[in-house]
Amino acid sequence: MNPDQLNPTTHGSDAASSNPTARILMCPPDHYGIEYEINPWMNTERQADHALAVRQWEQLRATLVDAGAQIVEMQPVAGLPDLVFTANAALIYRDTAVLARFRHPQRQGEQPHDEQWLRSAGFTVRDLDEGVFFEGAGDALFCGPTLFAGYRLRSDVRGHQQIGAMFGCRVIPLELVDPYYYHLDTCFCPLAEGVAICFPAAFDDYGRRALSESVEELIPVDEEESRRFACNAVVVGRTVVTNTGCPRLHAALRTRGFEPRETPLDEFVKAGGSAKCLTLRLDGEEAASWKHATAE
Amino acid sequence: MAGSPMQDNAQAPSFVEEVQITGHIIDSLILPKVLDLINAAGGTFKIVQITIGQTQRDPSFAVVEVGADSVEQLAEILAQISDHGAVPTAQQDCRLVAADIDTAFPEAFYSSTNQRTEIRVDGQWIEVADQEMDCGIAVDPKRQTARCVAMSDVACGMQFVVGHGGVRVFPEQRSGARQSFEFMGSSVSTEKPKGVAIRQIANQLCNSHRQGGKTLLVGGPAIVHTGSVEHVCQLLRGGFVDQLFAGNALATHDIEQALFGTSLGVHLEHGNLAEAGHEHHLRAINRIRRAGGIRQAVESGTLKSGIMYECVKNDVDFLLAGSIRDDGPLPEVITDVIEAQRAMRERIRGVTFCLMIATALHSIAVGNLLPASVKVVCVDINPSTVIKLSDRGSFQTVGLVTDVEPFLRALVLELEALQQSA
Repeated sequence: MNPDQLNPTTHGSDAASSNPTARILMCPPDHYGIEYEINPWMNTERQADHALAVRQWEQLRATLVDAGAQIVEMQPVAGLPDLVFTANAALIYRDTAVLARFRHPQRQGEQPHDEQWLRSAGFTVRDLDEGVFFEGAGDALFCGPTLFAGYRLRSDVRGHQQIGAMFGCRVIPLELVDPYYYHLDTCFCPLAEGVAICFPAAFDDYGRRALSESVEELIPVDEEESRRFACNAVVVGRTVVTNTGCPRLHAALRTRGFEPRETPLDEFVKAGGSAKCLTLRLDGEEAASWKHATAE
Repeated sequence: MAGSPMQDNAQAPSFVEEVQITGHIIDSLILPKVLDLINAAGGTFKIVQITIGQTQRDPSFAVVEVGADSVEQLAEILAQISDHGAVPTAQQDCRLVAADIDTAFPEAFYSSTNQRTEIRVDGQWIEVADQEMDCGIAVDPKRQTARCVAMSDVACGMQFVVGHGGVRVFPEQRSGARQSFEFMGSSVSTEKPKGVAIRQIANQLCNSHRQGGKTLLVGGPAIVHTGSVEHVCQLLRGGFVDQLFAGNALATHDIEQALFGTSLGVHLEHGNLAEAGHEHHLRAINRIRRAGGIRQAVESGTLKSGIMYECVKNDVDFLLAGSIRDDGPLPEVITDVIEAQRAMRERIRGVTFCLMIATALHSIAVGNLLPASVKVVCVDINPSTVIKLSDRGSFQTVGLVTDVEPFLRALVLELEALQQSA
């Protein structure tokens, strides 16, 4: 028997079709807008075109459904424009959600809504210690058995240490040094076990070394495409969805057997977010090895 | 890594703070980053403890002592490294867990060093009493007291410190001036000139004696075999030794020499083997056992000379701890090792100076019990005894690799000279 047949769901190009339960949380952009400035992308003078933002969000949603994902929606809340960026709500590990504690007061109002939704969806919600900031899957991404965790600009390294202890997994904290790449998911994206996209200049020397020693194949993204949020990709099976304007990354992905797809998201880039930021994978990212292992 | 750890003999920084870092600090290069940051900010560091995770999933743990020349510089360094997860161990109370069974600590117990230690309870720093390495720290929160307790002495319900939070250690080399023990920092060597070292040891012994300190002599049977009994007797008669720790062997051969003139059957006067000399030590033990003990043998006039005789005559307390290979043993020998440890622990209280001569096992046993503040001189013909003692953390030890007889002879002469000049 072909050994691949024993383990058909791992990395085959038909993973999406064999994995129909890819579940993604999104929040419609009813109340989305640039209402404050908490990262260098945001400028309240450069407002998002709301109608266009809604169309772009719908297109992203359709692209993900087409890739085989099931989209779950949470209720938008007036006065919480960034609730649309569901990636930051929590870190998902099996049936546990580690709830975000946002650094900026402007986003702290999202926490009760995130918590309520996660509980109603059946997740066991866990908090980190008081005073520890943590911005969910925006700063914590599994690649293989290891959790890669961005810190300093938004999340605290202490929170990542707590998560490591909580789940008994290896955690590699990576300092983010460029305020334009304030969350790890803006400069790093695991595609499969041992394979990830990254923008090296967003990390310091230690971070780059730790990444190159811990991830077998790092696909580098140049600065121009990084500014297009090339790293802020959503992975569903072998499909990789990004903003438009990332042709070199898409070419690199195709040579490695991935299926890149683009969809315009410029109205969300104005707030410092793109495809990945607008989604929270509820059944575990494709690259997370725990997702493919039998439950312990 | 750009820097190197602070050396013991380097200029000690004026301000120090201990921090702890946990997590996958090796793979993520967080630990080297923190150490580099300390260096770049002009500080110094010393890794006090490091535990590396055994598998990829296990986190590692490091305790690092950060040093700086000013309070401001230290605060700046601590602020910088705290962003990378290095948290001062001192900014929190220590965590206490009650022992759930006798003679074992709670899991994750804080394992003590021989350095002066304080723990924080309800925001107050408490000095740990009976400082000893490889113990737990038992705390009485009501009375606000803490002391080191050996594993074998743990009683169910005792509160023990777990983890490193709220514990601070004061390394010996940083407190106060170096004074007369300048040669302490030098490594063990067979090539060192002995004269200067012996003069300094004599000075220290004299000062300790004059200042009302307590001197402990830990001795092995080679003292007798090498013909040094009379030198030790002189130290005892001169009041330079307040306490003797030894095993069955030293006392046995000392008594054998006093009764038969031999040590292990060899005549000490002319080096010849005595007729049936191999029986002498057994006959010596037997005679003491028949007398009821060493003190009784001295009082009855059976034992008239030697180290044990001088101990009794000069009221120097002695403690004999047994071993599995002992003949007899002599009645005073404590044969239960845990009992012997307890008795030794009791009697090292107040000891300020310790002379360890020609005994590997007793030296290491006593080295384990002594706090780092006690000056220790270890004399042995075998460098490995001295090195072993240092390697086990008794780094307050001054090692002298030499034959014990010339050492003791020179020491006695130096002490006589000092007394005459005084």
